[in-house]
Amino acid sequence: MTAETMEAPPAAAHTATPPHPLREFWGYFSANHGAVAGLVIIIAVVLVALLADVLAPHSPYVTNTTIALQPPFWQEGGSIAYPLGTDPIGRDILSRLIYGARLSLLIGIVVVAISIVIGTVLGLVAGFFRGLTEIFIMRLMDIILTLPSLLLAIVIVAVLGPGLMNSMLAVALVILPHYVRLARAAVITETSKDYVTAARVSGAGTARLMFREVLPNCTAPLIVQASLGISTAILDAAALGFLGLGAQPPSPEWGTMLADAREFVLRAWWVVTFPGLAILITVLAFNLLGDGLRDALDPKLKR
Amino acid sequence: MLRFILTRVSLVIPTFLGITLLAFFLIRLVPGDPIETLAGERGIDPARHEQLRKEYGFDQPILVQYGIYLARVLQGDLGKSMITQEPVLSEFSELFPATIELAVCAILFALLIGLPAGMLAAIRRNSIFDHGVMGISLTGYSMPIFWWGLILILLFSVQFDLTPVSGRIDVLYYIEPITGFLLIDTLLSEEEGAFWSAVRHLILPTIVLGTVPLAVIARMTRSAMLEVLGEDYIRTAKAKGLSRFRIIALHALRNALIPVVTVIGLQVGVLFTGAILTETIFSWPGVGKWLIDAIFRRDYPVLQGGALLLGIVVMSVNLLVDLTYGLINPRIRHHR
Amino acid sequence: MALLEIENLSVEFPTQGGVMRAVDGVSLTLDEGEVLGVVGESGSGKSVTMLAVMGLIPFPGRVKADKLTFNGRDLLTMSESERRKLTGKDVAMIFQEPTTSLNPSFTIGFQLAETLRLHEGMDRKAARRRAIELLEQVGIPSAESRLSAFPHQLSGGMNQRVMIAMAIACNPKLLIADEPTTALDVTIQAQILDLLMTLQKERNMALVMITHNMGVVAETARRVMVMYAGQIMEERSAADLFDSPQHPYTAALLAALPERSEGATRLATIPGVVPGLYDRPRGCLFSPRCAYATEHSRNVRPDLRPWAGGQIRCHYPLGDPNRNAEIQADHPVGAEAAS
Repeated sequence: MTAETMEAPPAAAHTATPPHPLREFWGYFSANHGAVAGLVIIIAVVLVALLADVLAPHSPYVTNTTIALQPPFWQEGGSIAYPLGTDPIGRDILSRLIYGARLSLLIGIVVVAISIVIGTVLGLVAGFFRGLTEIFIMRLMDIILTLPSLLLAIVIVAVLGPGLMNSMLAVALVILPHYVRLARAAVITETSKDYVTAARVSGAGTARLMFREVLPNCTAPLIVQASLGISTAILDAAALGFLGLGAQPPSPEWGTMLADAREFVLRAWWVVTFPGLAILITVLAFNLLGDGLRDALDPKLKR
Repeated sequence: MLRFILTRVSLVIPTFLGITLLAFFLIRLVPGDPIETLAGERGIDPARHEQLRKEYGFDQPILVQYGIYLARVLQGDLGKSMITQEPVLSEFSELFPATIELAVCAILFALLIGLPAGMLAAIRRNSIFDHGVMGISLTGYSMPIFWWGLILILLFSVQFDLTPVSGRIDVLYYIEPITGFLLIDTLLSEEEGAFWSAVRHLILPTIVLGTVPLAVIARMTRSAMLEVLGEDYIRTAKAKGLSRFRIIALHALRNALIPVVTVIGLQVGVLFTGAILTETIFSWPGVGKWLIDAIFRRDYPVLQGGALLLGIVVMSVNLLVDLTYGLINPRIRHHR
Repeated sequence: MALLEIENLSVEFPTQGGVMRAVDGVSLTLDEGEVLGVVGESGSGKSVTMLAVMGLIPFPGRVKADKLTFNGRDLLTMSESERRKLTGKDVAMIFQEPTTSLNPSFTIGFQLAETLRLHEGMDRKAARRRAIELLEQVGIPSAESRLSAFPHQLSGGMNQRVMIAMAIACNPKLLIADEPTTALDVTIQAQILDLLMTLQKERNMALVMITHNMGVVAETARRVMVMYAGQIMEERSAADLFDSPQHPYTAALLAALPERSEGATRLATIPGVVPGLYDRPRGCLFSPRCAYATEHSRNVRPDLRPWAGGQIRCHYPLGDPNRNAEIQADHPVGAEAAS
């Protein structure tokens, strides 16, 4: 980014000025309607998650068998008190979805945070120390990538035991290789550049080089990968929940809600439809955001 | 050419060792007595326990234990199921055709729609069609397919009663397994209506399993096509006065297919992941459902052996894709 | 009769920051069998001009001209399929990077035969025979066995020969060579230039040689067109231009040639850079770098006008006897005039 500003032409005889890098980024990003829509949805989901206690009309846990399987309010037999209907044991679906947003965001952020921290460190180490360390780390990542992601997650959870914590760890491990590869590739391209050589010549230590010089220069791809990673994490964690290996009932995790609702698919469409829709919209929003960020940050695609 | 194949095959060996190592260690993390877990027997008497201990090498260093395990795997001995006492390998090979049948149908479905859609989107870049294809494919890519399956059941089976909800074929047919692929076996059996029953059972699972690969293939085809269309040799083709159709269908597509084939190869892994979920939703009797059932029955030998076998299958398909890649891309073939 | 006539051609590309004008008011005529050198720095619009002649300006680029005819036929109103019958047959083009300009997935033979079968209606056998002939003509040894080779198996020089064979396959009236030797080794460059010139003489085809190398122009062209920032600066016979350049830009380009600075301790350079999208001067496009710039030339853009047997776009041509007085009258700001 600094290079761009430095190359700006002399101030004389301008008919137009090149835009500021941040403004340029926003220009590209906001031109992508999908990405903006994704951002808006994500902000909305975050707000819902933060304000769950205020927004939810009912408790997500309290059961009431007298109102079990009530349809949404616009259908006959539904009531506005339970706008999206109730589940087989009489819990308000809307309230459970609202609290579920908390869980899904938590899963997405925690999983990606774990992966980024461990992945970046492993990648930087592999890129800087090369040799056996690099071969060992990268081979391990290749193996993880070879295995179908959900299969690996399932096996890990099956061994560690089902639960939200273990499923988050499993998913974090499964998406780890992307960050390791990214960080390593960044190190290798960046270390060959002059500014790293300059820093090295002026006596900067390896650790300082890794974190102060190289890391800031691979943040753009990391941000993109993080956005896409959150969507994978939410999706995989929900799949584990659906298989009964993730968050356990009565947790209002969206995938787990679907697992509970499966047998009622023939009788009550709403218990199945809404949790899945929530997953789809949230995952789609993060993918849209990730795509938009990539297009806006990737200079190769700029025309 | 032979050298190229041998190089690629030798690159797979470390991955294979890694997968076996993973399987070897994971089973030791299972709570309970590892020997009982490994042997697939519960509550065995002390004499047999001691015998098994020796057999698995538990009195020896961990590296020797791994060696024993690796030797067994290479001989095709993956232990036996705790529940059925059947060898894991024979159970796997019995169920695997069902999974393959589903996976092949799904990838064909994805290709048949994804390739043309991606190509057209690239040619009509920034048109409404392009935006539509990209929007739909991103939705497909974001799809929780376990929910997608339920929604399709809700629509096609419950609302319209068009397709069956579960299984591979109506219960009134009994088809002798010859190839294990029902679409072929039903045709061989000459039993009336059996083939169509099998087809009807395949429709929804195929769509569900094919959705994510379809989205990925459409997106990949589009971007590969866009990249190729900007290459110098496309300009040359235009300078030769070739027709638009010939430039796109021959000069561009041939080159755009190279990355697309790679992506399809990588989708095989995703496909098996999806198969686990799809088979669970539609009670499809394949290896995915078998693995999930094994988890809830705590049938660890099945879990260990099944996961290992699936890993090997994915690895082999990736290798195959790599080799095909060399075949359609002359640059790679000649350089290695 | 003129083979190619261009009047006031411009090519524009819309970008995020505004419309970029890659070619601006280019006028040019080219006779049959004539060799024209087009010179300029990278980004001067020399390639884009010729791509417009070929009809190869990619979307969303726009081509506008008062007149654009080839062999008496109007290229602007011609239907796309009509035009395709011309391109590759009567007008052919070769490019800078021979190896990436050939399709990596097809053999040399296939790519050669494709042109022949399309434009000459040859069958497989005839096309193959002709392809071998052509490869021999461009000096490729053991031509028959090369037919089944892929571009990556041949050297850059060989690939450029293949490109030339493909371009001359249908006996074009005009061959456009876009920096045909830039990507090649120095030793190969001379061979390719020789080949092009031999073919040009044998077939009496018109040849446009696009290059940024003045040496290449001196060896090949009879007439030279100098472009800068999308505009023609000067266009004259090669002998006159090298002898007495009329435009300060041409003079500066020639002064920068190593063989012209013998005895000097440093090679002459032109200060500054070609204007980009955001800093296009109001007046003469070369004025920010011109030693003779004045208040007038910085504010008023000169027109392309006939001058000394060619064309020029300059207020103060070097051969104009009154130029010193005119420069003084117009408030000089350039370095040389001030000293």
